[in-house]
Amino acid sequence: LQLEEDEAKDSFDVDVAVTNPEKVVQFKDTSLPMFRSKAFTVRRRYSDFLGLYEKLSVKQSLLGCIIPPPPEKSVVGMTKVKVGMDDPSSVEFVERRRAALERYLQRVVSHPSLLQDPDVREFLEREELPRAVSTQALSGAGFLKMINKASDAVNKMTIKMNESDTWFEDKFQEVENEEQQLRKLHALVDSLVNHRKELCGNTAVFAKSMAMLGNSEDNTALSRALSQLAEVEDKMEQLHQEQAASDFFIFEELLADYIRLLGAMRGCFDQRMRAWQRWQEAQSTLQKKREAEAKLLWANKPDKLQQAKDEITEWEARVTQYERDFDRVGMTVRKEVLRFEKEKAKDFKSQIIKYLEAMLQSQQRLIKFWEAFLPEAKAIA
Amino acid sequence: MRSVSVDLNHDASLLIDIPDALCERDKVKFTVHTKTTLSSFQKPEFSVPRQHEDFIWLHDTLVETEDYAGLIIPPAPPKPDFESPREKMHKLGEGEATMTKDEYTKMKQELEAEYLAVFKKTVQVHEVFLQRLSSHPTLSKDRNFQIFLEYDQDLSVRRKNAKEMFGGFFKNMVKSADEVLISGIKEVDDFFEQEKTFLLDYYSKIKDSTAKAEKMTRAHKNIADDYIHVSATLNSLSADDSTANKNRYLSSSVSLQKVEGRVASDQELKLTELLRYYMRDIQAAKDLLYRRARALADYENSNKALDKARLKSKDIPQAEEHQQHCLQKFDKLSESGKKELTSFKGRRVVAFRKNLIEMAELEIKHAKVSSTLQPTCVRLFVYS
Repeated sequence: LQLEEDEAKDSFDVDVAVTNPEKVVQFKDTSLPMFRSKAFTVRRRYSDFLGLYEKLSVKQSLLGCIIPPPPEKSVVGMTKVKVGMDDPSSVEFVERRRAALERYLQRVVSHPSLLQDPDVREFLEREELPRAVSTQALSGAGFLKMINKASDAVNKMTIKMNESDTWFEDKFQEVENEEQQLRKLHALVDSLVNHRKELCGNTAVFAKSMAMLGNSEDNTALSRALSQLAEVEDKMEQLHQEQAASDFFIFEELLADYIRLLGAMRGCFDQRMRAWQRWQEAQSTLQKKREAEAKLLWANKPDKLQQAKDEITEWEARVTQYERDFDRVGMTVRKEVLRFEKEKAKDFKSQIIKYLEAMLQSQQRLIKFWEAFLPEAKAIA
Repeated sequence: MRSVSVDLNHDASLLIDIPDALCERDKVKFTVHTKTTLSSFQKPEFSVPRQHEDFIWLHDTLVETEDYAGLIIPPAPPKPDFESPREKMHKLGEGEATMTKDEYTKMKQELEAEYLAVFKKTVQVHEVFLQRLSSHPTLSKDRNFQIFLEYDQDLSVRRKNAKEMFGGFFKNMVKSADEVLISGIKEVDDFFEQEKTFLLDYYSKIKDSTAKAEKMTRAHKNIADDYIHVSATLNSLSADDSTANKNRYLSSSVSLQKVEGRVASDQELKLTELLRYYMRDIQAAKDLLYRRARALADYENSNKALDKARLKSKDIPQAEEHQQHCLQKFDKLSESGKKELTSFKGRRVVAFRKNLIEMAELEIKHAKVSSTLQPTCVRLFVYS
């Protein structure tokens, strides 16, 4: 089955940005003729984003779409922000959430079907949104629970699906393996980020110590060189800070996003199984109805017979419908998976390039710092 | 491989080096090689095997020698410490099952490099100790030094005898009392007054810097290790991809890893070792000040004793002789101490200069290497 991908060369020009996060998030986008204007800004709460996700999940996942999940709730993080704490970890939390919400929206609007969805349009355009209520389910734990519920249903299936097409089985296995690897990688990168932050702290402390040593030194030229060294190390600390941010925001968050996205993908495979299950159940119900009809024919009860015939017609229609649904979900899943893989490759590529380029810039600044220091060291006499 | 001191080994009359060493379980056996034109030695060229404890014996006998009280005795080399790589190797063995073969191999290579670095460092520091002695006009003539270099039997018998003789009492005394005595003494000589203030202050600062530098290089090493694991996982993630993609990930992760690892070890050698070495050297200078302070205290006590003897009109000649003896000792110490401390200053400044230059040059070199690697990786990704 060779599915041709819509080579829609991104005729979409929807740019979503999330800025000024405090308690409320605000964003603007430039967009297509389908929207009422070229650029506009609306204010949204974090719970609004969760509300959008919930609406989309209910509708679209039944069709086999991969719905990008929003960033998870964090009671600790938000409490600190509400209290108005200005410490670096709160600042980082706010930035982290802002960036994650932006990526979430960008993924939503770059999905051709989701962009058409009226709930999405409303989210982007409407001045005031009614307060989303039932978003408890969408904390990190809640989201996982949803996914697992679907898997449980699948596991409880007594009739094992006979895959005529191994594509789905193979893909599912691939997805599970990849998710595992990404989790491992995420943990490693997290360790890297922490070590980098440690290096920042240690470098700052060392720079101060060097400055003190420089003050103690009685040889004038050496004293100056040591003070200069202290300044270079201070600059190095700055570089390490920036590198840690790069490690985190470019690398680690990318991995976190894709771990969640792969979870969503597993979810839509499960939806396909549910669709199959519904079809199978309808078929067995139809079979039962036919057997009941046969029994009635034998018992010669004409009034009940008509009802039985009506029920058979109804269930025949259902079987046909559910079979069509199942096929359609299957096709959508395939399309979605292909699209997802393309997007993922693009995403990873662009992030890794960003990461390497940030590192390159950092190295070049490092060279400048040490080249400026070298004559000071040579001047020692 | 002389990262710390300036070239000491240039007087052809006595050339010493440690051309190789063996690591046997916990013990390191150094081969001490001597080339000499001096007639005091039996042969012009010879080698002997020595252990770390032999170096300590030599150092301690020099410290205990009264005649050398006015000299800065080069600090004893620290004991070879393979604890860190050994522990890591052990952990690696335990965690082997959880890693890919590639990851395990790379970690093992890193650890072997770490082992080698520790090994090289310990050889160097033992070598420098001997070279400091051979380039010192007085210490190079020491009889025990000659025995250390020449005696082709095991030194452990001599070592045991020495322990019984001295019992390490002097060292213990020095460690506990020196700060108080040095700072408490009333100094008449400006030079020594300044030196005392300077050395006490500088010592505490350099000790602090050494500790902070060690923490910094340790953090760098952790990052280098992280990159090994990250690149191994990236590689296994892209294992199913096309070859081109695999190569892309491989090359970028290798370049990241190499840069971080290299930076960690160079920084270790240059900066941290420099600070560590001079911290110990300054302690040796402080020890000299202590000995002089003690000699001054002895002299002052002998004055008091002479006054008392004169009062009592008893044992005056002995008291006078004792006082003269103390004065001579003190003057001798002051004279040689001044010379030693002055040349120490010069030596320190030269060593700092050399190492700071080398460190800056290495940082630049590595950054340049990695900044040529990275655009290549980026290009590989862009044109895919």
